[in-house]
Amino acid sequence: MKSSVITFPGSNCDRDMHVALKKFGFNNKMVWHDDNELPKSDLVVLPGGFSYGDYLRCGSMASKSKIMQSVINFANSGGLVLGICNGFQILVETGLVPGVLLRNKYLEFICKNVFIKVDNKNNPYFKNLDKEILEFHIAHNEGNYFCTSDQLKQIEDNNQIAIYYSNKSGKIEDQFNPNGSLNNIAGIFNKEKNVLGMMPHPERMIDKSLSGEDGSLFFKNLINNIK
Amino acid sequence: MEVNEQIAIDHGLKKEEYQKICDLLKRTPNLTELGIFSAMWNEHCSYKSSRLHLKKLPTSGEKVIQGPGENAGVIDIDDGDAIVFKIESHNHPSFIEPYQGAATGVGGIMRDVFTMGARPIANLNSIHFGSPQNKKTKNLLRGVVHGIGGYGNCMGVPTIAGQTSFDSSYNGNILVNAMTLGLVKKDKIFYSKAAGLNKPVIYVGSKTGRDGIHGASMASASFDEKIEEKKPTVQVGDPFTEKLLLEACLELMAGDSIIAIQDMGAAGLTSSSIEMASKGNLGIEIDLNKVPCRESKMTPYEIMLSESQERMLIVLENGKEELAKKIFDKWNLDFAVIGKTTNSKNIELFFDNQKVANIPINTLVENSPMYDRKWKKTKLPKKNKIKKEDLKKLKVKDVLKKILSHPNICSKEWIWQQYDHTVMGDTIQKPGGDSGVVRVHGTKKAVAATVDSSAVYCWAHPLSGGKQIVCESWRNLISVGATPIAITNCLNFGSPENDVNMGEFVECVQGIGEASKHLQFPVVSGNVSFYNQTKEVGIKPTPSIGGVGLIKDYTKMISMDFKELNNLVLLIGKTEGHIDQSLFARTILDEKNGPPPEINLFNEKNNGETMLQLIEKNFVKSAHDVSIGGLITAISKMCIKGNKGIELNKPKSLISEIEYLFSEDQGRYIIEIHPNNLDKVVNILDENSVHYEKLGKIVQNHMTINPKTNITIDELKSYNTNWLTNYMSA
Repeated sequence: MKSSVITFPGSNCDRDMHVALKKFGFNNKMVWHDDNELPKSDLVVLPGGFSYGDYLRCGSMASKSKIMQSVINFANSGGLVLGICNGFQILVETGLVPGVLLRNKYLEFICKNVFIKVDNKNNPYFKNLDKEILEFHIAHNEGNYFCTSDQLKQIEDNNQIAIYYSNKSGKIEDQFNPNGSLNNIAGIFNKEKNVLGMMPHPERMIDKSLSGEDGSLFFKNLINNIK
Repeated sequence: MEVNEQIAIDHGLKKEEYQKICDLLKRTPNLTELGIFSAMWNEHCSYKSSRLHLKKLPTSGEKVIQGPGENAGVIDIDDGDAIVFKIESHNHPSFIEPYQGAATGVGGIMRDVFTMGARPIANLNSIHFGSPQNKKTKNLLRGVVHGIGGYGNCMGVPTIAGQTSFDSSYNGNILVNAMTLGLVKKDKIFYSKAAGLNKPVIYVGSKTGRDGIHGASMASASFDEKIEEKKPTVQVGDPFTEKLLLEACLELMAGDSIIAIQDMGAAGLTSSSIEMASKGNLGIEIDLNKVPCRESKMTPYEIMLSESQERMLIVLENGKEELAKKIFDKWNLDFAVIGKTTNSKNIELFFDNQKVANIPINTLVENSPMYDRKWKKTKLPKKNKIKKEDLKKLKVKDVLKKILSHPNICSKEWIWQQYDHTVMGDTIQKPGGDSGVVRVHGTKKAVAATVDSSAVYCWAHPLSGGKQIVCESWRNLISVGATPIAITNCLNFGSPENDVNMGEFVECVQGIGEASKHLQFPVVSGNVSFYNQTKEVGIKPTPSIGGVGLIKDYTKMISMDFKELNNLVLLIGKTEGHIDQSLFARTILDEKNGPPPEINLFNEKNNGETMLQLIEKNFVKSAHDVSIGGLITAISKMCIKGNKGIELNKPKSLISEIEYLFSEDQGRYIIEIHPNNLDKVVNILDENSVHYEKLGKIVQNHMTINPKTNITIDELKSYNTNWLTNYMSA
């Protein structure tokens, strides 16, 4: 399976993502933001970091990078595009997924483990996953998902909410919401479910010596679904 | 403007120093030249009060590749890998402007590390604030934490450990010390020594602005009520540009174009150009019109003294300019050939086709002032006579509650949750442990790092205090299963012109030297920060020690959380009941006098090395060293982290229970072992003549100290976790 990770100026989880994809069997290529063409890929990942220093607005400048036109075309033709953290912020800026990501409610960067509840398995990312609740890791300053009530209705109607912040047993309540995100939303799909944006970093949970191993489950499942 | 003595004094130079400049030049310097002298001769850059004493520190060892004198120290971690590391202060700027001061402190130390060709793999920090009741403390703490996070998070380098303390002596002068570790191949280390004539001198990175002019001079003076006016001397950081600079430099370093490289830190273009030329015994010529400037009409004086961040100076091989430029263009960074190396042994500056400065480099470096300041010895204070009846009146549970919720003991999660500590995917021990640990990417190895200071001990008796911090650093590394290799030190003191403060410096350095020599734990880098005082009042002497160690097989790393029910808990080292200068004495008895705990370097080394033997043989399931707060504080933390309890045996000790639980005797560790291994462990301890005690066994969710004192783990947690969050949200 072929994957591509886009490096923007200021990306800093690009290597981590490369390591994770390779570990679970992807043949991964690093792609420079200023390139025109995407290599042939089964999956494109927009990694975490601070593209363009998060200046202007997180993800906004990166969404106008040269490579992004190819990424958008790839997504529109049904290709799998996964945006993690800053990658999610870039995705909302391109309009591939609806909504915006605001500053965290308590105005502080948060780095910690969280539990997420997988809401929708009818998609290439979570299909066949044998767990509903995963322990992932977050590290962000702007992960407070927001959209208009019309948009919310639409994404709910279309089952576009991918994952929610929850507790260990899957309860989705305000007290388990780390950043003030609307309805505890941690990740959403586009309408067709081939594009996924999410704040948590599965690539930081791929080894029992690290914060946990639920990221391994995610990647193993993903590559099996693509095969 | 004609330069005279008054102008020199306004630049922070002393009358005699100005006279010396005129004598060395055999003429009056012009303003640009005076600015250059003032930048090179201030305390921060010249180490004029400290050099004499720093020479006594042990700086070499089997694993030392580079000791002090370069951008950072370098140690060998086998297999062709090396770790580059250093700690540095950014105290003065952080008090004036906490966010930018702290952020640029982090940026500066990372630059020191990647200048040497190493990719930064871990950040640490040691931050000290005034009393929590002081009205400035909360905002300073918030600003500093945001600043450290703002810079380090954006760079994508995990912040893996740190230390935070509160003490009223920092009310008017906080401390912000930042440390970085980088990983490099032993044969790809870059140095700042220029070599060869007519080699192009390249400027890369951000443009030069008017920010931070005279920053280093500001950091070499005491604060007074006009301190707010100094705000323009604080630099403004741009971590995004630094991230680009890091990637661009490492890309260029992969080839063989660079002869020498030096970041522009304190005193900017001045010190970087002079240091490279001085180390190469060369001259340097710079055309200031070619320096990329952010603002128009900048004068030579401003260009030379600006401390704009994220800039580097490189001496390139001839003919490599195009190749290098291509890389910096790719990363959207400025690139300019601004001069060349010469054989004049002078620094010669040109601006608008005129020579605007011409100074022999040796006058700026070798001939810079060096002082043998007067200093006062601190006598070992007499022991306090603590009445046993007073101690008997105290309830252990009440005391423990106060100690665990003390600002200097309580959980600092509020702080480190704001630092990305997991990026790069190799952090295997997060903040909150004895040391932070990161794997050496793609290998079985891991590197442990810790930063420590004990201002109270250093204040009571600098010689003992100096020794103690080195020992604590050593213990913190051993507690995670790492073999200690070397240290870096950040020496934060009051005015060297005050004989008491100078005495504190001299004796702390002596203590650090004695301990690091005995433990074979050499000092490979560091920095000195004097004038940490407001008006006449200096801070408590606060040397921060950053220790680094190696774990050969990262699966053998140890953490402090209790692991398994029914396992046995042992204390390594002897409890004598030393209460003076303990947190207990200061907090509960309100007793601030007396000597700090005695340091026995022989026992320290022996206990530590025996610990490493036990760990090597896989006997140790969890470990934690005993430090501030004493034995019961250490046990409490192991319970909290492991979410398990302990039933303590009745101690076979002649001292009172309170002394036993809260005294701060040194050289102690607590370990958890499987009961089946008890005999084997005891054998090793006996063979090495290490004193030990059986403390008790691990049970579910409660801590039983004596038949009358039983505390649940949830209670312990509530004592320990809430103080800082409540304080910050109040």
